Amino acid sequence: MSSEKEPLFSAKNLKLITTPLGAQNPITNQVLGICSALAVTAKLEPAIVMSISVMFVLVFSNLIISLIRNTIPSRIRIIVQLVIVAALVILVDQILKAFAYEVSKQLSVFVGLIITNCIIMGRLEAFALGNKPWASVLDGIGNAAGYGMILVIVAFFRELLGAGTLTLPGLGTLQIVPDFLYDLGYVNNGLMILPPMALVTVGIIIWVQRSRNKDLIES
Amino acid sequence: MELVNIFVKSIFIDNMVFAYFLGMCSYLAVSKTVKTSFGLGIAVVFVLAITVPVDFLLNKYVLSEGSLAWLGEGFADIDLSFLSFIIFIAVIASMVQLVEMIVEKFAPTLYSSLGIFLPLIAVNCAILGGSLFMQERGYETLGEATAFGIGSGIGWLLAIVGIAAIREKLRYSNVPAPLRGLGITFIITGLMGIAFMSFMGIKL
Repeated sequence: MSSEKEPLFSAKNLKLITTPLGAQNPITNQVLGICSALAVTAKLEPAIVMSISVMFVLVFSNLIISLIRNTIPSRIRIIVQLVIVAALVILVDQILKAFAYEVSKQLSVFVGLIITNCIIMGRLEAFALGNKPWASVLDGIGNAAGYGMILVIVAFFRELLGAGTLTLPGLGTLQIVPDFLYDLGYVNNGLMILPPMALVTVGIIIWVQRSRNKDLIES
Repeated sequence: MELVNIFVKSIFIDNMVFAYFLGMCSYLAVSKTVKTSFGLGIAVVFVLAITVPVDFLLNKYVLSEGSLAWLGEGFADIDLSFLSFIIFIAVIASMVQLVEMIVEKFAPTLYSSLGIFLPLIAVNCAILGGSLFMQERGYETLGEATAFGIGSGIGWLLAIVGIAAIREKLRYSNVPAPLRGLGITFIITGLMGIAFMSFMGIKL
């Protein structure tokens, strides 16, 4: 086992973080975790909070499952995974309620839905069950970052075009589109705030990504 | 009348797919042909119609604040609602298992057509979403919760059968290469969502 002597951030390990950001992005290529990804992107702040929550849950569930992967009987592994994920999500939910109540109201049921977010189960099944803890942690960070990246891009465009503002955690709502443009007759595109445009925005991101990287095109 | 209102509202206005993006993973993965997507849709209606009322009863008599009062005075101020995620997911997983066994025993033909989809449903976010929305919106009677469960299921069924029919026809059209497959499916779902928004404001 050569991996015993590997440095913590060897090229192979770094790859675990970088591929989910690009060619193997969980949302645009693995088609995982779309359910909750789109509903929280009408504003930037909930999208950022959601990404952080998913990263917390994914990293720790990957770590825990990877640590106990040799003791879980494969027949009941789904239940074991669900219980661990649900416990972590309850933790996140309670923390959000205590320290970021407003955001937790906006996210409403979507915090709970992290449990059934396919990204979590998908990575647990595909990676954590067969790899060492440190690699699993990196895989969790990478995939959660790839997920968060899409969320933040979608939320950025939706809020900027839809409301002319950007809401950042800790800074509140910032007016980005200057007033004189409104005086000149610029109007916010209210359609961007509505749910269907999240889907169209993701569709366009996929379009851009695949026209830059021809390998990803489906036949 | 209230029941019909909730039923229609959960099919068209608060559609699981178009308004809340729930169950998108299986929606995108299984919507290649109408036949299989219809099978999955029926299974989702089936499971939602069972889990939402069960979770409603659990929420009303075990989990929400003060709901344990029927056990006695001392239990009246217990609030177990932080446990609801774990309880709901356990109910869903076991109900899916139970439904699978019952269907296998009493309706083998239905089982052979639904068979492969049932286990998938346990991790479909539309199911857990149904229970969480039921809890958040505070439906008051078992009837309301059941109407909401069945309605959401039918709304999901409509959405997946619709997109599958469109994708079958789409095979013959000339979509720009980078958009083929996933990309165009997203955009069409968005357009369908805009169409469904025209139902907004309907009240019976």
